[in-house]
Amino acid sequence: MTATATDDTMRDRFADVTSKLLDEDPRLAVVMADIGGAGFVEAKRRHPDRIMSIGIREQLMISVVSGLALSGMRPIAHSYTPFLIERPFEQVKLDLAHQGVGAVLVSVGASYDASDSGRTHQAPEDVALLSSLPDWTIHVPGHPDEAELLLRDAVAADGNVYLRLAAQSNAAPMPIEPGRFHVVRRGSQATVIAVGPMLDRTLEATSDLDVTVLYATTVRPFDADTLHAQLSAPVVALVEPYLQGTSAMWVSEAFRDMPHRLLSIGVRRMENRHYGTPEQHDEAHCLDVASLRHRIGQFLEA
Amino acid sequence: MTETTIANSPDSATALGYQDLPRLIALMTGDEKHSTSADSTLDVLWVLYDRVLNVTPTTVDDPDPDRDRFLLSKGHGPMSYYAILAAKGFIPVETLVTFGAYDSPLGHHPDRMLIPGVEISSGSLGHGLPISVGVALGLRAQRRRSRVVVLVGDAELDEGSNHEAIVLAGRLGLDRLTTVVVDNRSATHGWPGGIAGRFEIEGWASATVDGRDHEALVAALTAERIGQPNVVVAAIVEEGA
Repeated sequence: MTATATDDTMRDRFADVTSKLLDEDPRLAVVMADIGGAGFVEAKRRHPDRIMSIGIREQLMISVVSGLALSGMRPIAHSYTPFLIERPFEQVKLDLAHQGVGAVLVSVGASYDASDSGRTHQAPEDVALLSSLPDWTIHVPGHPDEAELLLRDAVAADGNVYLRLAAQSNAAPMPIEPGRFHVVRRGSQATVIAVGPMLDRTLEATSDLDVTVLYATTVRPFDADTLHAQLSAPVVALVEPYLQGTSAMWVSEAFRDMPHRLLSIGVRRMENRHYGTPEQHDEAHCLDVASLRHRIGQFLEA
Repeated sequence: MTETTIANSPDSATALGYQDLPRLIALMTGDEKHSTSADSTLDVLWVLYDRVLNVTPTTVDDPDPDRDRFLLSKGHGPMSYYAILAAKGFIPVETLVTFGAYDSPLGHHPDRMLIPGVEISSGSLGHGLPISVGVALGLRAQRRRSRVVVLVGDAELDEGSNHEAIVLAGRLGLDRLTTVVVDNRSATHGWPGGIAGRFEIEGWASATVDGRDHEALVAALTAERIGQPNVVVAAIVEEGA
């Protein structure tokens, strides 16, 4: 089936679970820049010193998170994707891993959840940007249950973790394990890696194809071991919900000693000056079921 | 005069004093373009480490969560900083001669992962003050009374990220936070109306003192502020200027 939003959103789940975790873990703190506060009204009454609304100051948001970590806390920063990752990117680069401290960055908006808001609120480049930095764990859940599991894992860790939440969701959760690709289907012609919310449509698009489908919810570190173990033929298709080719380097690295073919599917590099719905943007980027079927089928026949 | 032995153990290093700093600084070569910058911070840094901060090699080796935090945001020209860290026994004096070498912990901008006692890595301007706000908020949430002191340059204040921090710290009344602005008049367009005024309008308490006057610096840096962060503008007037 085509992925659709569910009533229980990843964003709602994030606020609910984080509020509970704040009750349990005195090291946990949440920093927001005037986005996302509505989900933490009750929790802020209980923890006024650990839920921080700092105004529309995204560079400061990341630096404050760094300072909190330096003081011994486990901070979360939360905002829309472009304001969390792109605008304060030097702070992300220098104030976290370079300082030897860790934080959890939780975004909403994915690539173009805010399709009707235009380019300013869209950031399909986020995972590629963070992938340029060392030692980041990047989670891309495809369902609220997965988002909760990955959030809890991120908070319990001490490194730098990016949790990318989306409005689009798969119909049902998968039994995922943080850090590992999950084998959804086995085939012999190729391996298709579907990332996060792309799973349902990838399964539908490949339902009549003899391919292995791996489901990725942790994309950094890239689980080359599972990819190697499940490979039936040196033919790989990546289906990513962000910038096309974001994980191509990791596939190439995994198969550096083996001739292979790779198809990278994702958000195309273009100024798409249209509004409308995420589904319309999916079509514009050839990420709808029919386009996926066409592109993967053509790739296998080549 | 009595010659001070340059030593590398914390105990013997405590014998080193302010008068030894020029000699220690002279051990570091290769970043002469930032000599003026290094010189401008010398007295403030010495006063902080000698008379103000509750920070010693012991509080760093076995990290004391209640230690004071000093953040050098103006990472350019760290020679004075390194000399004082050596004089106070945080790093061996012998390390100073390795300044800027491939395997040296002492780069032309400090790295907290390489140097004991350094609270933040700096070099790119406009990061220390925003991070210090986070440190102050974290310590406040933990009910700790440690002081947080951050040093910036007057030209560094051109970076917009500082002003996000100045506004928030004032609004939140972070009274354990002190910003020292070493003002050697290097901001390209200056600060009409004075640097202190930029902070005061956001709710900071302020003092502007001679950045070479140790007694004035101590008084300004130890002033108790209730409900307000503190800015100390340390004015540096070069001889002959």
